[in-house]
Amino acid sequence: MSTQEGTQHPISVYLWIWLLLFVLSTFSYMVDYLHVQGLLRWSLIIVFMLLKAGLIVSIFMHMKWERLALKLAILVPPLCLLVLIGLMAIEGDYTFLTRLATFAH
Amino acid sequence: MSVDAMTSSMPPAAAGGLPGVVTDFSSDKQAFAVPWGKAMMWIFLLSDTFIFSCFLVSYMNVRMSTTVPWPNPSEVFALTIGGHHIPLILIAIMTFVLITSSGTMAMAVNYGYRGNRGRTAALMLITAAFGAAFVGMQAFEWTKLILEEGIRPWGNPLGAAQFGSSFFMITGFHGLHVSAGVIYLTVVALKVWRGDYERAGNYEIVEIAGLYWHFVDLVWVFIFAFFYLW
Repeated sequence: MSTQEGTQHPISVYLWIWLLLFVLSTFSYMVDYLHVQGLLRWSLIIVFMLLKAGLIVSIFMHMKWERLALKLAILVPPLCLLVLIGLMAIEGDYTFLTRLATFAH
Repeated sequence: MSVDAMTSSMPPAAAGGLPGVVTDFSSDKQAFAVPWGKAMMWIFLLSDTFIFSCFLVSYMNVRMSTTVPWPNPSEVFALTIGGHHIPLILIAIMTFVLITSSGTMAMAVNYGYRGNRGRTAALMLITAAFGAAFVGMQAFEWTKLILEEGIRPWGNPLGAAQFGSSFFMITGFHGLHVSAGVIYLTVVALKVWRGDYERAGNYEIVEIAGLYWHFVDLVWVFIFAFFYLW
């Protein structure tokens, strides 16, 4: 069974990932604590977020050891969300400008 | 000739129409080489991903479109502990608690596959306890925001009215998932303890429950980044 090969690793693997997640969370907290602002803040937040998400999905959820068919079936569909994010960003910007033009005075 | 060779190697044509649909869906094919329960949990989590994404994207939309300044989450969620004013500290602690619970859950899955009944059940109960602690801190956070800061879904004294609705919607739905997870993990842990899965010789359910729990942690990573830190 495919689950067998993915579950025979030592406990230390999980402890290391746990430690790594702790360190990454501390880093993202420090971004706020040290008042990092602007583009640097947003990039750091996103980088730490993606690293944490990747570790959780690949190691804790064992995705790393699954077959490619399952990886693709689960990880590709959420990419559609990029389209939704793009559309809603355009929409939000439009609403913002409309409100400025209509209510600003 | 080549057409002949191709058609002869194919299975005979199945029935069309609705009977064909039934034939196809029951034709004993398996796409994923994992237990069906695990595949189903993954597909459920995929659908849940879209639900949480809708909340986060609508939050992005309202935050972009408001002309009123957005309340600073760093200050809203600050606490004064021992005379020190520490920004966002409660959220940081909640993050660490949830990550720790994910770590104990991963170890529970590992011990489950080793057939270690006692450790699996104990680690799952520890995970559930961390989850309950998380929900407790969230209840404290909500109480503070509602009673002391006067934040409501329709408005608040700090700035953009959309802050409250986004906050209660996103963290409320996540908190609901954590609460459901605590119940789910407790039930499975007690069944592990009782020896149900030892008799069946199959600890897959621990991994499936674990997938759900790690997903709850995963969603928190995104909420932490986009709602609290942004």
